[in-house]
Amino acid sequence: MGVEALSRLQFATVAVFHFLFVPLTLGLTVMVAYMETRYVRTGDENFLKMAKYWSRLMLINFAVGVVTGITQEFQFGMNWAEYSKFVGDIFGAPLAIEAVVAFFLESTFIGLWMFSWKRVSKGVHAAFMWVVAAASTMSALWILLANGWMQKPRGYEIVGGHAHLVSFGALIWNPYAWIKFFHTCMAAYTLTAFFIMGISAINMIRGHKGELFQKSFRIAATFGIVTSILIIFAGDLSGLQVARNQPTKLAAMESQWETEEGASFYLLQFPRPDKDDNWVQALGIPKGLSLLAYHDPDATVKGLKDFPAADRPPVAITFVSFRLMVGLGFLFVLLALIAVWLSWRKKLDSNRWFLWIMSFAIVLPYLANELGWILAEIGRQPWIVYGLLRTQDAASRNLTPGDVLGSLIAFVVLYLSLAVIDVFLLSKYAKKIED
Amino acid sequence: MALQTLWFVLWGLLWAVYFMLDGFDFGAGMLRMFLARDETDKVVSLTAIGPVWNGNEVWLITAGGATFAAFPGAYASMFSFLYLPMLLILLSLIIRGVAIEFRGKDESPRWRSGWDWALAITSLTAPLVLGLGFGNIFQGLRFDATGYHGTFWGLFNPFGLLTAVLFVLLFLQHGALWLGYKTEGALSEGARRTSGVLWYIVLIVAAGFLVLTGFSTRLYDNYLSHPGWIIVPALAVATLVGVKVLAGRPLAAFLSSCLTILLVMATALVGLFPSLIPSAMDPASNLTIYNSSSGQYTLRLMAIVALVFVPIVVVYQFLVYRFFRSKTTRAEVAEGEGGY
Repeated sequence: MGVEALSRLQFATVAVFHFLFVPLTLGLTVMVAYMETRYVRTGDENFLKMAKYWSRLMLINFAVGVVTGITQEFQFGMNWAEYSKFVGDIFGAPLAIEAVVAFFLESTFIGLWMFSWKRVSKGVHAAFMWVVAAASTMSALWILLANGWMQKPRGYEIVGGHAHLVSFGALIWNPYAWIKFFHTCMAAYTLTAFFIMGISAINMIRGHKGELFQKSFRIAATFGIVTSILIIFAGDLSGLQVARNQPTKLAAMESQWETEEGASFYLLQFPRPDKDDNWVQALGIPKGLSLLAYHDPDATVKGLKDFPAADRPPVAITFVSFRLMVGLGFLFVLLALIAVWLSWRKKLDSNRWFLWIMSFAIVLPYLANELGWILAEIGRQPWIVYGLLRTQDAASRNLTPGDVLGSLIAFVVLYLSLAVIDVFLLSKYAKKIED
Repeated sequence: MALQTLWFVLWGLLWAVYFMLDGFDFGAGMLRMFLARDETDKVVSLTAIGPVWNGNEVWLITAGGATFAAFPGAYASMFSFLYLPMLLILLSLIIRGVAIEFRGKDESPRWRSGWDWALAITSLTAPLVLGLGFGNIFQGLRFDATGYHGTFWGLFNPFGLLTAVLFVLLFLQHGALWLGYKTEGALSEGARRTSGVLWYIVLIVAAGFLVLTGFSTRLYDNYLSHPGWIIVPALAVATLVGVKVLAGRPLAAFLSSCLTILLVMATALVGLFPSLIPSAMDPASNLTIYNSSSGQYTLRLMAIVALVFVPIVVVYQFLVYRFFRSKTTRAEVAEGEGGY
């Protein structure tokens, strides 16, 4: 493998790993802040116990999320120097703004929150966590504005082989990025809801009586039903953005080979990229694809065959990621509905089968979140900046394959160790209930 | 002032503030291995940096982000030419952050001493490699119009190594002063004795650095053409002397050490201007604030962002430091606040 392929593999590895921690931070900070606020409002000690319990898991997750985030900023320069030179004028801005307006706030206030339980009033302490939650969310927004520009570049001109920013407004009011932000937040909150429900379910199965997990489960179920339904809308809006701005990604994720007016959506489908067609294609919904992608039954969907082979993304992985993610998204709504029903009617204890399902279901939103990113990033190929710069022209020129292989091995070893330690600590603290 | 010049100042300031802040938690991370005699003092020394280390580290993210946004050419070259050093810094910072947060999450002595060593070693390697990198940047990296020709082992030259040692020693002293100020009892006394001894070593190495700078780098060229700037290194030396003079007043001595670190960076940066990354092979290839900067639009935009938000960050971080200004005591640690 060459430098570019190894750098891509490394980017995929560290980004996927980092994003195992980001969504739970986004969601758990909100949940802990909410629980602590309920404690302040009602004086009910159960909410304090709840906030403390979930915050211990949040802090373990937070630590790994923060440290693996540094890699993300550094490796644009380390491995993608040509990309960095080409887009630095634009892409650097949201990254730097993220650090200065959001990450500082998040890191400073998490320290403040951790060490001030006995130093400030209950209300102020809860407010600190709200600041952490808001800052994490802002952080996500700026990162997604940066990524949104790679998906749909706007507000720029090319001067001397570099993209130069001409409109900050166009950069920050990029609809692609805002819809991605909405989608990412809802996905993160759903993941968190399933995390809380899953851990609560495991503890209930293990025989823990008492309010802590019953209440946590109910709060998470209520939160989760709202967010999982909102994801469907977010996903629909994301699809519209892809259709309008990234026709090659649309064609690949739907495995649409021919250009068609009023294209059908096939429930059963699987691509055969080496023959430029589909292996299976059955149970079609007439005009379904045009309707889904463009909200217009007669819209024309451009097929992959009408793009030069060099401009097409890898079809199979884009298609599979998309289908699986969507399937999981609908499953989350179903599970959240059952969860709301059973938890509000206090029937969780008599339906242990569902607790078992929910304890295993923890992994599913993680999978869906990662699949979403795999779709977003691989579906954008062969471009690193859609339509402007190809990934093959973006890697650093001074590196040897040995350099990147070495760093990749180092990251894999370190990150696997971190994963083991993280899971060990999470399961230890998930079982540790203070009365 | 031209926007590029303003950004050079901001760029230098962000890196310098990063060293000033993370510097003392690097130092504390190394020294606690030797100063903290029992488990309680180990926790005390960690709690002494606990509420602030993460916020300190964000200055690095900001410095990196600002380099990216204002000087993309320099960012791309600095990070890709120095690939292996950057990797080592990353790995160190990752392990370090996790070590601080995870050490107290299990009671077994092996777990705790494992993380203690991890923290101590990475608190050494991070500044060591940062110093090595900046030392080499100060004297110029081996690149020309055709690309980069340097090697990893080539960075281990006398000036690079001396800068690395200087960074480590400055941060050791800085960390000792912080622990001396922030803790009490045997831990504080040990830290203050250590900083007393370290001061002489820092002085010798700093003097060696100033001499070798004349032989290994072109940093003094700017001072020769604009002698008024000699005030900067003079103040650096004065504040270092201040550390000794103020040794009886821990906070004042620590603040003097803060200024020393800022001024040592400033001394080098005054000499570096207007280059960001000089070439050791061909001065025409120097990456300067003019040939590696973003366009005027982005520079102006980011200057506004920096001039509005960085002061806000400084204010609330200052307030947080003030909020935690009381000493970290063995009694409070025994009560378990903070969870280390």
